[in-house]
Amino acid sequence: MSVIFQKSAAGRRGVSLPECDVPAPPPIPDAYRRARDAELCELSELDVVRHFTELSRRNYAVDTGFYPLGSCTMKYNPKILETVARLEGFSDLHPFLPQLRHGGMLVQGALQVLYELERLLCEVAGMDAFTLQPLAGAHGELTGMMLIAAYHRDHGHAKSEVIIPDEAHGTNPASGAIAGYTTRPVPTNLRTGMLDLQALEGAVTDRTAAIMLTNPNTLGIFNSDIEKVVEIAHRRGALVYYDGANLNAVLGKFRPGDAGIDVMHINLHKTFATPHGSGGPGAGPVGVQKRLVDYLPISRVVKRQDNTSTLDYDFPKSIGYIAPFYGNFSICLRAYVYILMLGGPGLVEVSENAVLNANYVMNALKEAYDLPFDRPCMHEFVLSAKKQMEAGVHAIDLAKGLIDEGFHPPTVYFPLIVKEALMIEPTETESKETLDAFIAAMKRVAAKAASSPSSLRDAPVTTPVSRPDEVKAARDMDVAYRPNVS
Amino acid sequence: MGYIANTAGQREEMLKACGAASVDELFACIPPALRPKSFQLPRPRSELEAHNFFKEVAGRNYSHLTNFLGGGFYDHFIPAAVDALASRSEFYTAYTPYQPELSQGTLQAIYEYQTGICRLTGMEVANASVYDGGTALYEACQMALHATGRGRIVMDGGLNPVYRKMLYSYTANLCIEFTEIPVTHGQSDRRHVFQALKDNTAAVILQNPNFFGVMDDASDIVKHCHERGILVIQSVYPIALALLKTPGEIGADIATGEGQSLGIPLAFGGPYLGFMATTKELVRKLPGRLVGRTVDRLGREAFVLTLQAREQHIRREKATSNICTNEALCALRAHIYLSLIGKQGLKDVASLCYAKARYAMERFKAIRGVSVMEESPTFNEFVIRLPIDAGDLAGMMVERGLAPGLPLGRFYPGMERCLLVAITEKRTKFEIGTLAEAMEAVLCQ
Repeated sequence: MSVIFQKSAAGRRGVSLPECDVPAPPPIPDAYRRARDAELCELSELDVVRHFTELSRRNYAVDTGFYPLGSCTMKYNPKILETVARLEGFSDLHPFLPQLRHGGMLVQGALQVLYELERLLCEVAGMDAFTLQPLAGAHGELTGMMLIAAYHRDHGHAKSEVIIPDEAHGTNPASGAIAGYTTRPVPTNLRTGMLDLQALEGAVTDRTAAIMLTNPNTLGIFNSDIEKVVEIAHRRGALVYYDGANLNAVLGKFRPGDAGIDVMHINLHKTFATPHGSGGPGAGPVGVQKRLVDYLPISRVVKRQDNTSTLDYDFPKSIGYIAPFYGNFSICLRAYVYILMLGGPGLVEVSENAVLNANYVMNALKEAYDLPFDRPCMHEFVLSAKKQMEAGVHAIDLAKGLIDEGFHPPTVYFPLIVKEALMIEPTETESKETLDAFIAAMKRVAAKAASSPSSLRDAPVTTPVSRPDEVKAARDMDVAYRPNVS
Repeated sequence: MGYIANTAGQREEMLKACGAASVDELFACIPPALRPKSFQLPRPRSELEAHNFFKEVAGRNYSHLTNFLGGGFYDHFIPAAVDALASRSEFYTAYTPYQPELSQGTLQAIYEYQTGICRLTGMEVANASVYDGGTALYEACQMALHATGRGRIVMDGGLNPVYRKMLYSYTANLCIEFTEIPVTHGQSDRRHVFQALKDNTAAVILQNPNFFGVMDDASDIVKHCHERGILVIQSVYPIALALLKTPGEIGADIATGEGQSLGIPLAFGGPYLGFMATTKELVRKLPGRLVGRTVDRLGREAFVLTLQAREQHIRREKATSNICTNEALCALRAHIYLSLIGKQGLKDVASLCYAKARYAMERFKAIRGVSVMEESPTFNEFVIRLPIDAGDLAGMMVERGLAPGLPLGRFYPGMERCLLVAITEKRTKFEIGTLAEAMEAVLCQ
């Protein structure tokens, strides 16, 4: 399909604009003007609509099919969330309105959303306070690391290192490093699938600023030693950061705050059903215990005695501005709608069904595939393509074979500690019928791996394109269209 | 309840298949001591109740004021087709395009978006987006620090004060030295900028038009910086780029900016869109995702994430940035907007903004006691000095249904009587007149 710039026709227009209703101004001096026009498209509205409609049909999405992408929580995104986010009272609100005198009074509805969502997240996670400002999960991690750094600096602690389990998301070590820490991995006990406590004891020193923990971890295993981890950290003056990427498994079953976690983030675009948008926008609110509240980013939403809300910037120990305003407001709004609709009982059902669906699929597939950790899982589980490797079929080939079966593949090659990993997260919104169809497809792919392995190496064949040449992409580096380059 | 499909009967069947007597058994790994001490959440609500509730909450926001607020975030017109196309759930319910065969739509759209940003900024390479204009600037600083191996950044006085604050927050735990050029309301103060350049300076940050709306041609600053091995980062306003000299034309090394103006709603501060563009030379230092055009096994054109060795999921602690989820859907909106508005349309939007702002300036100047700071030419935003506190005036204007601009006292001590006024193509001559008359009424009683 052509690149949109190839469809341009000189002089064609897509949008009509109002006539200029004021006198012509003196021209912008030449010194400040660009020499040549920006070569943007020249298309009719219909050209544009057809182009993007066609592009959309070359995408797989939750609304088109099952998306069992491990660690990404691709659950259904209710439509009412979009309707509410588009209400003009929210979508047309300028973020500087509170800067006008008594401006807080002009945005009481928006401030109420932020304030109430913070309170609800505190209750869900057992934390004392939340900031909604982080703009994505990794941004939440970075904010958390900045809070931890501010805390240690304020207390005169000389800390230089963050400890991260080897099964953690790639963002964890990157976030630690960007906040100015060196990072040190600790191994997972390959028998239990949980963090190796002995190795952790050996790794934690007085220089340790924090341990970053994901629980349930990326193997889908709940670490029941979490209180011991916290104790080991606190003994040496280190804090514990909880990556809430996998919170969908434990709503109403476990709260990080109760286990003594100091700082955590929640991915609203995973657990709280805000859409992933082909890679964002998300939101990664960060929760803290009391002793870290003073360091939270500004502004903070506070309630006045008369029950109105206002923005407070007067927190001298705050880490300052991490977002231009109050976070990804309309994403937070969607999550708030979702939580209010489900309520407490609905959230508990989310986790119960997410875990049940995962266990059901895991049990159905453990004959056809190698299951390195054969025990009840939480919301996701990890298979290995070890058996299929004997026929020379890799996890990636199985993933591509599954595409030809009509499904989005699981996450592959992650976590790194499982060879040829296939990480499956069905989520709670999928029906047994869908899961059964997926299980059957997975079994057919496994059978194909045994009977005709070479056919899988050529997969997929049903998609608009087959496997792209990544080496050529990196070598040619064609990252912007130029008409004279074919 | 909720969005769960399975019936009670199916759940029983599934439990049996798992060899579990109850759902609780599946949670046996969480010991009783770790169970929630509290879980007091509201009762569930139906969709109808929720919709009514939020209509009422939204109604308590003053989104209907006639908007003269800017400061880097503008009330531009969004064509209906932007919403219609970006609302296709094939886009908004998909994940990051890690499986290229199932994501050619998103991948091609990002490739085209990258192309549009390059053409707008006059740069060679653009990434798939970062969170916002402020984080884009922070990432640009990191690029410059790594590329030069130096530790100091010079910020021009015309830089958005919100971004200035963000840069300080992000670098509090790092050894980076910042030098701020004193604020002037005109163009960059060459004397101060050149004096601030030292051997350990990695980059100078400029903004065009600057926070006070002033246009500049910074080619001379770039030349001076490059002679000393210093990079130039320019933060730009994408609508203005339809008419104004580009970062590419002045020779800047990195262009960044806030893409909200390109078809993204104001939405009380987000989600927005940070765009970043640079030279081929610096591409390996660029953070975030990048889409390249290639071919598939059968030689068909295909799009794929490329140069991923820069990114966190491959390089972990050695990555150029920790960014993972970015603002893909906002980048899609910007790309749809630019495609619809087109080459001539964007120039028309920019020209309308400029013409109306000039008109407003003349209109406000005629009000007794009001003066316009106009040492240098401005684009669509300008500062007016009032005979009273700008916050007080704003309060009075709100009562008349107007958000008259941004009072500057909170950002710049000493500028309590200054108001930053922004005009977009949406403001009519009548609305500008209404604001002028309202100001006259309260200032000249």
